[in-house]
Amino acid sequence: MADQPFLAEDTPFPPGAKDFDFHSLIPSLRGSEWGYAVTKLSVLVWLAVAILIVFFLMAYRNPKLVPTRGQWLAESIYGFVRNGVAGDVIGQKEGLRFAPYLTTLFCFITLTNLFAIIPFFQISPNSHIAFPIVLAVISYVMFIYVGIQKQGAGKYFKNALFMPGIPWYLYFLITPIEFISTFLTRPVTLAVRLFANMFAGHLMLLVFTLGGVAMLNASNIFIKGLSVTSFLMAIVMTFFELMVVVLQAYVFTMLTAAYVQGALEEQH
Amino acid sequence: MELFQAAVNGQLGTIGYGLAAIGPGIGVGIVFAAYIQASARQPESAGFNRTWLIFGFAVVEALALFGLVLAFALR
Repeated sequence: MADQPFLAEDTPFPPGAKDFDFHSLIPSLRGSEWGYAVTKLSVLVWLAVAILIVFFLMAYRNPKLVPTRGQWLAESIYGFVRNGVAGDVIGQKEGLRFAPYLTTLFCFITLTNLFAIIPFFQISPNSHIAFPIVLAVISYVMFIYVGIQKQGAGKYFKNALFMPGIPWYLYFLITPIEFISTFLTRPVTLAVRLFANMFAGHLMLLVFTLGGVAMLNASNIFIKGLSVTSFLMAIVMTFFELMVVVLQAYVFTMLTAAYVQGALEEQH
Repeated sequence: MELFQAAVNGQLGTIGYGLAAIGPGIGVGIVFAAYIQASARQPESAGFNRTWLIFGFAVVEALALFGLVLAFALR
């Protein structure tokens, strides 16, 4: 820290990828191959699953004609995804059978993302790329499966790779591009988008809070005073994160729906 | 002779991320500008266009996020 004259020696200021390492919550497992089985992140994922199951079971256990508050919330989330995503993007006729999965996906991603800004949790499981990869693989397998089921394997890949209505010599150019964009970059961007948003969001909050602490520990009185700005920015960024959390869950759900729609389409 | 040796030290990933953010920055701007223009000309289409606004935004933004991830991954 010789090049940062105003910072105290022991302030952990520039946050980095090391801040995303979580040790096992069971001390005897640390360092063994089960070391990553019970960390803060996996506990949060189990917690999210439990909350969602309990919430939807409670909401629909005793449905009323005049909905209670929990039933109203569950119904409006389901209605939003069913009409706004499944109905509008995939289509009213074909899309509604995907609404339950899309709702589950939306709720799960929103809840796990929301852990990034809930006090004492303060970390989203999605800021480790393993969790978005699993979600993206499910979407990837699903849209290919749906396409093969609807059109048959040969016709599906022919439609996906060989665009009709262009001169034959352009297939040398178009087919590799279509292959890369449909079967390689789609799952990768789906996973990386969610991961990078949560990673960057957590990092940004760390920069402002740890930066505030570092400025508070500084020897210079003006820098000490300016740390208020840093803490204020941390609060502003938390609200910005709230927007990103919901937006990314919506984006993930909508892209899954758009890919399914592309696979269901006869030709594009 | 050492005058002509260019050397860059420190965190090159940061510079790479800065360069990677230029294109998506312009792209996101164009996406939102087009949405505002479309819904100003035809306000009743704003709800329909919002879906595709988010779609275009998400697809364009992916490149900047790749830059961010690679800045950390390629140390």
